[in-house]
Amino acid sequence: MGDHHGAVPAGALDVAGAGWAAVELGALAVVLLVWALHSAGRRSARGRGPWPAARTALFAGGLLCVAAALVGPLARAAHGSFTAHMGAHLLLGMLGPLLLALGAPVTLALRALPVRRARALARLLRRPPVRVLAHPAVAALLAGGGAWVLYTTALFPAMHASPWVHVAVHAHVLLAGYLLAASLVGVDPDPHRAPVAVRAGVLVVYVAAHTLLAKHLYAVPPSGVEPRDAEVGAQLMAHGGDVVDLALAVLVALGWYRATAPRGRTARPSPGAGDPGPTCPGPGPLPASSPPRARRPAGLTGVERWS
Amino acid sequence: MATAHDAGAPPARRSRRDGPADPGRRAVLAGVLLGAGAAASLVDLLVFHLALQWHHFYDRSTPAVSITSDAFFHAAAWTASVWGVFLLLDVRRRGPVPWRRWTGAVLAGVGGFQLVDGVVDHKLLRIHQVRYDVAALWVYDVAWIGSAVLVLVAGLVVLRRARPARSPRRAG
Repeated sequence: MGDHHGAVPAGALDVAGAGWAAVELGALAVVLLVWALHSAGRRSARGRGPWPAARTALFAGGLLCVAAALVGPLARAAHGSFTAHMGAHLLLGMLGPLLLALGAPVTLALRALPVRRARALARLLRRPPVRVLAHPAVAALLAGGGAWVLYTTALFPAMHASPWVHVAVHAHVLLAGYLLAASLVGVDPDPHRAPVAVRAGVLVVYVAAHTLLAKHLYAVPPSGVEPRDAEVGAQLMAHGGDVVDLALAVLVALGWYRATAPRGRTARPSPGAGDPGPTCPGPGPLPASSPPRARRPAGLTGVERWS
Repeated sequence: MATAHDAGAPPARRSRRDGPADPGRRAVLAGVLLGAGAAASLVDLLVFHLALQWHHFYDRSTPAVSITSDAFFHAAAWTASVWGVFLLLDVRRRGPVPWRRWTGAVLAGVGGFQLVDGVVDHKLLRIHQVRYDVAALWVYDVAWIGSAVLVLVAGLVVLRRARPARSPRRAG
């Protein structure tokens, strides 16, 4: 749709203004900081065996998605074009968080932190507020409901008028997307992971809400968006969202498939085919007598390991 | 496969690792889910939406309740397809797959879904029609519903013929 700016309120035209430049720089700084922390964590966790390269690649891919949504040409085009905005939101709220969650950042933190701090983090993750937030139904409500509020209220023009609203909306989109991905298909420790039927049910409702919102936006554009731009953006939302939703469905089913593996077939030395045993060292150091495969708690196949 | 608990001792609680008591029924469920899910997601999307372009993304005139039910249909269809595939993989890793029963179930799933789509979605809820801007819509409807019934009946016949024999007399 190009970079036309006719569809947004006057306040948003000042994309090059100091506030917006600060937002972009801040986002870049956060992404770089997270990557620096991740690198430091990998170095610190080296004593527990090498961190799987695939996990690092997934996490880096997620960070790249987030960066592409917040910094650079797509982020700038998103100020004027609803289609570009939707592309950025697919990266920021769906694909990026999914890749970040598959990168098992909490497991890396538990391995990298000193024992006492790791235990404190593990305790924090078990606290009721975190458990509530990490429930798939709550996460889906935050992610899907948040999108409904954003696109059907005055919040959408507001986020293009005020850098602060912009930052808050983007932070919500990213965090809610991460919660949803982690609660549905996360590989990090989750002692209270919802049963697979609940996760599949939540996914169906979430996908339906997503599709419905896309059709609604096709017919009723968010305030300040031209109809043609809204049509293209809504279809991008529907079809791009479908691709990520399909990946989520496959990963939920894959988790079930691995967790229900027939007995006797999981004893292979391959890095865990869904063995629910306590194969991750958790917050503390590995006991000396732990089995050899316990060294690879974050193997790519451990989707249901913590359930 | 699931003979571990048959030997006299008090049967332990069945774990989900033990698989279904009747793998054949899981194969049928897998086939129905895959058939119905693929009919709902792939046939509609690939053939009628993208290739023929008879359907629209959204024609703006559809009542809210219809697009809501359509959205849930869409979401359930993708999920059903995926579970159909994984259930089949599960049956396969536990023993031989009853392929004929599975095939019959896929056909029944496709036909059953197309029938529901043709009658409920097209005619009762009027979510969308088979085709727009044609005079003789009833021809399309008859072709749609008729083909759905044919496929459904074919699937049921295959299922019945492939049914495991329970009595000395062969079924079918």
